[in-house]
Amino acid sequence: MSSVPRFEHGSRVPGWDDAADLTKDPAEVPDPALVAVPEALRSEIEAEMAKYPERHSAALPALHAAQRVHGWCSPEALDQVACVMRVTPAYLESVATFYDMFDTTPVGRHHVYVCTNISCSLCGADELYAAFSEAVADDADVSLRSFECLGACDIAPMASVDGVYVGPLAVADIAPLLEDVRAGRDVLPDKQLIRRPVADPGANTRDFPAR
Amino acid sequence: MTEHLLFVDIDEPGLNTLAVYERRGGYSALRRAFSMAPEAVLDELLASGVRGRGGAGFAMGKKVSFLPKGGMDKYLVCNADESEPGTFKDREIMQKNPHMLIEGLIIAAYAAGITRSFIYIRGEYAQQADILEAAVEEARRAGYIGERILGSDLSLSLWVHRGAGAYICGEETGLLDSLEGKRGNPRLKPPFPANQGLYQGPTLINNVETLATVPSILRLGGEAYAKLGTETSTGTKLVSVSGHVQRPGNYEIELGIPSREIIYGLAGGPPPGRSIKCWFPGGSSSPVLTADDLDVGYDFDSMAKAGSMLGSGAIIVVDDSTPILDVALKVAKFYRHESCGKCTPCREGTNWTVKMLERIGTGEATPMDIEIMASVQEHIIGNCLCVLGDAMAMPIGSMIAKFRGEFEATIEAARERYGLGVAATNGVLAAQGAH
Repeated sequence: MSSVPRFEHGSRVPGWDDAADLTKDPAEVPDPALVAVPEALRSEIEAEMAKYPERHSAALPALHAAQRVHGWCSPEALDQVACVMRVTPAYLESVATFYDMFDTTPVGRHHVYVCTNISCSLCGADELYAAFSEAVADDADVSLRSFECLGACDIAPMASVDGVYVGPLAVADIAPLLEDVRAGRDVLPDKQLIRRPVADPGANTRDFPAR
Repeated sequence: MTEHLLFVDIDEPGLNTLAVYERRGGYSALRRAFSMAPEAVLDELLASGVRGRGGAGFAMGKKVSFLPKGGMDKYLVCNADESEPGTFKDREIMQKNPHMLIEGLIIAAYAAGITRSFIYIRGEYAQQADILEAAVEEARRAGYIGERILGSDLSLSLWVHRGAGAYICGEETGLLDSLEGKRGNPRLKPPFPANQGLYQGPTLINNVETLATVPSILRLGGEAYAKLGTETSTGTKLVSVSGHVQRPGNYEIELGIPSREIIYGLAGGPPPGRSIKCWFPGGSSSPVLTADDLDVGYDFDSMAKAGSMLGSGAIIVVDDSTPILDVALKVAKFYRHESCGKCTPCREGTNWTVKMLERIGTGEATPMDIEIMASVQEHIIGNCLCVLGDAMAMPIGSMIAKFRGEFEATIEAARERYGLGVAATNGVLAAQGAH
């Protein structure tokens, strides 16, 4: 896997230095006869387009769907979405490169976002991220990124592991967390945000069982 | 004990399902709304004085009243792109009590005569979006969403739309562009979304917490709701407390209580032996306050008077073990990363502020850099399409103003470390016989 050039804070370095091939005309809306689109992906994108008065609105959901199928927003994935949505691949690329969650270069199967924004970093997120980087240095299967505030400062420092929020994490949690990820298990069940009761002592008038 | 409206028994198992929500009296506020004329519902919202919970604090009822009357396509967009660093209150509502949001949204749509609605949730909240989508589906099957809801004249569609990771999409016009399937670049205002928003149609945009408050307003009545909180900051508010506190988390408070009660009373204050150096009262975009400001009332106007803002209601506490340079650098780097790049003062201002802060650490900065940095912040504020640049300039400007001595000492210490300090420079000058 080619390594993705990244800024120190984790986001991709945009390819400003990559020269465009000026001898080529921009790609047009793909010909449906020439682009094979997996049936499930096609119907998902079509269902998304039906939700909006304007089909372009389905760009984000469609790219999410294509990324799930292809692993990243590859040129092939963009072509397929463009074909179903009847837009140019360049339009979709302009959208995909704007958003942090769309990968426009190949990545591993598992996504680990470590929040390194202000609240998490006050609680040791930078050290956590450094230890994480070391732990997955040789693992092409795990894509590790430092991420901006993930909206879970109550469990700082935290990480989002394939969309599941876990925290507060100590460096000692990294090894068992990665074991869970590699084994395809539920990640650190005791540390999942989803099971956490609200902090406000005045909120619950009764004792409720833990989730 | 603060009156609770949003967090009542929030951890009750199954509250995210329609059955439990209805058993607790859910959707009765909607029925009450349908028994009234839309104008009467709007009057209740106006009487409640409830101000937007997303950051700007604009009166919700007024916002609804700005929408043109008539039968054109109007849109309601719920802003669930909660990305302001330190903020995690909407997450709690959507995960644990999504129907409260949906009910509030339908009532607001009824008051404004809206037929199409969307909830734009940040893509990172995958679990919350799943829960919310399941709740919307349940509501649809139960007839709360669709044609002629509960026999009323209101027909409403509602879809959950997932973002893909961009802070700027929490800005209302950036959100609209993103929802239209574009890059999330903010738009020039005016026209305001109430006149030309989504697909150029009149659009009402409200934060999750604001809409989730609507059923309570209908239940209590606008006037009774307005008795909670202060005269100009009515009601209760969810506050996310994080950073150096012993009990971080979400708390529901009545607006106007002393900030000290939230930070120390509820969240337990900083760890033993530590004291508060500074705190952000409303997310990382708000100017920092210090330990001297702990008795300021936690409401919109008191915070403004103290030189900061209530913002999204996210308190981030920084204790005395943290260098102010680290805090400033974290904040500035975030806004540099999230600037969409459309307006020069923001794109360049965030970038150069980071570079200047980094120069401090490497000993390359001189005390003059502080003046330059402060003037950069002043030139960002008010000069861009949206307030992302301001959102960096305000906290950085406040840190420079309140911790100038520490910045100067840090600059000098770093210069000494690299042999560039005053003492070394004087030595060189003396050797050259310059003075």
